[in-house]
Amino acid sequence: MASYLRPTELSHALSALAAQDLTVLAGATDYYPAQVGRRSDHDILDLSTIKDLSGITSTEDYWRIGAMTTWRDLMDAELPSCFDGLKAAARQIGGMQIQNTATIAGNLCNASPAADGVPPLLSLDARVELADRWGSRELALADFIQGNRRTALEQGQLLTAILVPKALEAGRSGFIKLGARSYLVISIVMVAGLVLLDARGKVRRANLSVGACSEIAQRLPALEADLLGRTLSDLPVDLVGPAHFAHLSPLDDHRGTAAYRLDAAATLIKRLLGELRP
Amino acid sequence: MNDGRVSLNFCLNGAPRQARLRPMARLSETLREDFGCTGVKVGCDAGDCGACTVLLNGRQVCACLVPTARIDGALVVSAEGMMANGFLSRIQQAFLRHGAVQCGACIPGMLAAAADIAAAFENPTRQQVRDGLGGVLCRCTGYRKIVEAVVDAGRDPSAIDCPEGPAIGARLPRRDAVAKLDGSAQFGADGIPADALWLRAVRSPHMAAAFTIGDLTPLFDRHPGLVKVLTAADVPGSKLYGVYPDMKDQPVFAMDEVRFRGEVILALVGERETLEAISDAELPIVYEVGEPIIGLDAALAPGARRIHAGKPGNVLIAAELRKGDGDVALCAHAAAGKWRTSYVEHAYIEPEAGFAQRQGDRLEIHVTTQSPYLDRDEVALIMGLAPDRVRIVPTVCGGGFGGKLDLSVQHLLAVAAWSLDRPVACVFDRPESMTATTKRHPARIEARFGCDEDGRLRAMEMTADFDTGAYASWGPTVAGRVPVHGGGPYYWPAVSIDARAVLSNGPSCGAFRGFGVPQVALAHEALMDDLAERLGMDALEFRHKNALRAGDRTATGQLLTASAGLDQCLDALRPTWKQAQIEVGLHNEGGPVRRLGVGLGCMWYGCGNTGMSNPSTVRVSLSADGRITLFNGAVDIGQGSDTIMVQICADALGLAVDAIEQVTGDTDLTPDAGKTSASRQTYVTGKATELAALDLRQKILRLSNAPADAQITLSQGSLMVGETEVALSRLDTGDGDMVLVGEGVFDPPATALDQKGQGEPYGTYAFAAQMAVVEVDMELGTTKVLRIVAAHDVGRAINPTLIEGQIEGGIAQGLGLALMEEFLPGRTENLHDYLIPTVGDMPEIEVILVEDPDPNGPSGAKGVGEPGLVPTAPAILAAIKSAAGVRMREVPATPARLRAAILAKASKASKAGAAA
Repeated sequence: MASYLRPTELSHALSALAAQDLTVLAGATDYYPAQVGRRSDHDILDLSTIKDLSGITSTEDYWRIGAMTTWRDLMDAELPSCFDGLKAAARQIGGMQIQNTATIAGNLCNASPAADGVPPLLSLDARVELADRWGSRELALADFIQGNRRTALEQGQLLTAILVPKALEAGRSGFIKLGARSYLVISIVMVAGLVLLDARGKVRRANLSVGACSEIAQRLPALEADLLGRTLSDLPVDLVGPAHFAHLSPLDDHRGTAAYRLDAAATLIKRLLGELRP
Repeated sequence: MNDGRVSLNFCLNGAPRQARLRPMARLSETLREDFGCTGVKVGCDAGDCGACTVLLNGRQVCACLVPTARIDGALVVSAEGMMANGFLSRIQQAFLRHGAVQCGACIPGMLAAAADIAAAFENPTRQQVRDGLGGVLCRCTGYRKIVEAVVDAGRDPSAIDCPEGPAIGARLPRRDAVAKLDGSAQFGADGIPADALWLRAVRSPHMAAAFTIGDLTPLFDRHPGLVKVLTAADVPGSKLYGVYPDMKDQPVFAMDEVRFRGEVILALVGERETLEAISDAELPIVYEVGEPIIGLDAALAPGARRIHAGKPGNVLIAAELRKGDGDVALCAHAAAGKWRTSYVEHAYIEPEAGFAQRQGDRLEIHVTTQSPYLDRDEVALIMGLAPDRVRIVPTVCGGGFGGKLDLSVQHLLAVAAWSLDRPVACVFDRPESMTATTKRHPARIEARFGCDEDGRLRAMEMTADFDTGAYASWGPTVAGRVPVHGGGPYYWPAVSIDARAVLSNGPSCGAFRGFGVPQVALAHEALMDDLAERLGMDALEFRHKNALRAGDRTATGQLLTASAGLDQCLDALRPTWKQAQIEVGLHNEGGPVRRLGVGLGCMWYGCGNTGMSNPSTVRVSLSADGRITLFNGAVDIGQGSDTIMVQICADALGLAVDAIEQVTGDTDLTPDAGKTSASRQTYVTGKATELAALDLRQKILRLSNAPADAQITLSQGSLMVGETEVALSRLDTGDGDMVLVGEGVFDPPATALDQKGQGEPYGTYAFAAQMAVVEVDMELGTTKVLRIVAAHDVGRAINPTLIEGQIEGGIAQGLGLALMEEFLPGRTENLHDYLIPTVGDMPEIEVILVEDPDPNGPSGAKGVGEPGLVPTAPAILAAIKSAAGVRMREVPATPARLRAAILAKASKASKAGAAA
């Protein structure tokens, strides 16, 4: 008989996790689809009743998104402009049922190359807080996701929160998703971006990300560098070029060819830069 | 007590509950099985379809993704809990008022999503409604009436009364709508007896393989709940089946060899939990995997391995049509092209389901189906029983579109229930539904059209090959329909068409709304546009000039005597077409990135089976206590025949629809009304209904020597003819308590096609012309369909709301065919990799009904089930050509394909420029 744990204290969850191999449930929206047609008998650790694991709070340095915060919670929260991109992603994840149930942290731990939450959080320079029974540590999101369905999460660890530095709070941010239909669609490509402008409207920081074009969503460091000091309303028409995307390695699959993904990624990035103009 | 259950307190549909439940059971399973809320529909178990959507603390969630433990302390509302004090809620009433219900499988989920919207917004906008419904798929309605219902739900509900006057032509609400709105309608998976054993088919993961089954004893030892393993040896009658009498080529259980991924090898029968716990890996099946033959090129290659020994060259069937003398090469103008289409999945929201039980020496099967009589005969053959010892009781059918014309669970359940003498049930999960059942045929079409200087069509040639997969299914029907329709709804002096259904190791392709006609329509409509362009003629006027009209002979030589309304459909479209062209031209000035385009698609469609008898018989009875009962064998799969037949019956009798009770589609109780397919039920069974009702009326009038126009009234068990009461109690009761029975039989006037495809294959044809406006993003290759105007000659609109529903739903499926639907075996066997349109993909739709009555149809009516789909993809592709300048000849025109075509054209243009 499989066990089912639903603790109210994080410490209990971490102790249990240290003692045995448990399948951790956040929103459960990726768990059940993997069990179609079979009777699952995993030993489960359900995080849904743990106090203090949901909600968005702010400290001096960070915005802290609790691991059980759903996309709906995020959309309904009053947050600074740097979160506009993440909110736009939230509105395009699944249908409303999924948004009401699925968690942001679950999206990261599931580590799909097409996870819509990853590019906006990469652009937010997000870090993740990992806890085990002995303590907690932080890791950059870029280091946390290690491949298709692979993360740095170790045995006994939970992702307890996502941390977004307040230094980016005033950033303008956006997200564009490309799918083959409206609603309930896995992205062919998606892009996210955040820019900080100086008093003269020149770019002093640009964080641009592309998803579904590599095993892991990627930032675009070369393009980010080329944007520094420029005015978004006055970018050279040929500024964005193939070299900016050379480090991506998209797949050919039924959703689109690799060539199409690269082509679309460039188009979407150009459009996003247009949207981020003040 | 450690049974793994947890004690939970919650409120379900307004009632407080306390129960010990399995914490990790899906909430959908708990609600259905522990609380009998079978209104919670299971469509995918993966959050992809939204059919199981319920309200959890007021918010919509997919019940299949919620661990049951999480309802502790929560409020849960399903469709069963939406009635208020025994009355439909405002939202439910709005769904009824707007005709938003068809098959009903998505409706409980839609209602939950709609309730969430209603709680959030007092007067939601259409966009807010779409956002709220975006996570619930519907395959029938095209969503339009659902959106209108939700927008309108805030309005004061007005009582819905049957309007006075004739029923035919009235927008009467569906007879079955309320049961589909309150969750009480019993679909295939809803009425399974608690003591039933379950059956799970074990299917080949390989497309081509030889196999052996080893010793099963250890499997029984490991799983005490396993009762029986069925293999080919357990089939008492014919081990092969198939819908065509001369093409029974599909094994009930594979014998030594499998020919497609998903073929049944054996069936496990036992306790449900046991079956779910057995993994395929522990079964002693040893495969020797072969090289599969995939696609038409491989199947037709010289020397290709034969899929079936008796079918050389892998050609299942070939059909040809030759009419007149003519040569496209000698025509003043000619156009040619090649087209390719993909496998398309029916994706009805309700997967296949049912149960069988033995009743003495008879077998009874309750199943979701489109074809109870065919099922009965096929099962009888497989069981070695006389057909009258098999009873098929159709459940409410959650969508079919052709996919529930073949056996799915019926024959497997029959073998199991008969041999075990216990009820046995089977419910497919979504991947099984998608893997095991038929698809729309992928097609490869090559065609040339020629016309003279004046724009008169002269000659056409077409070869069309259809990949029919591993087994015959309805492949021959496609080969039969395609030559008849290949030239489109136009007059041709000379026609040459060859069509073949070709065997391969792909999934069996069968019936799917249009039987090959949607595929060839892509070709004939594109060529009509190309010729019009060459002539410098308007695309609509060119079609109008060549439209088949009454008095013309078709490609099969059939003289159309009446009811050929394509020219009237085009007349109805003309003002919109002209206006749209102006708007599109203005928008596109300056070459914006998002370009508009407008295009046309026309079609014709023969109603009923091709060149063969397909009669329907209907009875209407009067009982001694003054009740009228319509025995209607047509299965309502969402299209509305339960309502249409009552409307026809009521007017023919001269009574109100409320006076008519109905028994539908049970092979023991109703006479044979054939299959629900081929757009035949309104036309064929409708006519039989009219004849049956007129027959009963005659008999009633004869009792009192009343004149033909005498008024018949029924009230409180007494029958009045004119002013005279008929003493029913004095009449003899024949069958049961019936005192009078009227019977009607109708078989459409049709003749078999000869060797050259000549003859009169159908009793009547539906015609349609549709216009699409699209927006193409030139940089991304995405297409948004903005508007469809659909003009259809339906003969006579028995119920305009239901007809609009058929057309709007057909448009949604045509849009999917054009832009996104592509089934890939092993790759897209679920509803997140296989995409069907959501509410957000649907355009504005305007339906224009043209009524050019058919002399044989009931009150002049023809079929409309398939015609909405057929011209949609051609119109969308024409609009893409108008917007982007590229002719897409491969569907779906996905963003990647369209962008590649746009880039190829630009590259060609720049090379041409450089060369110049």
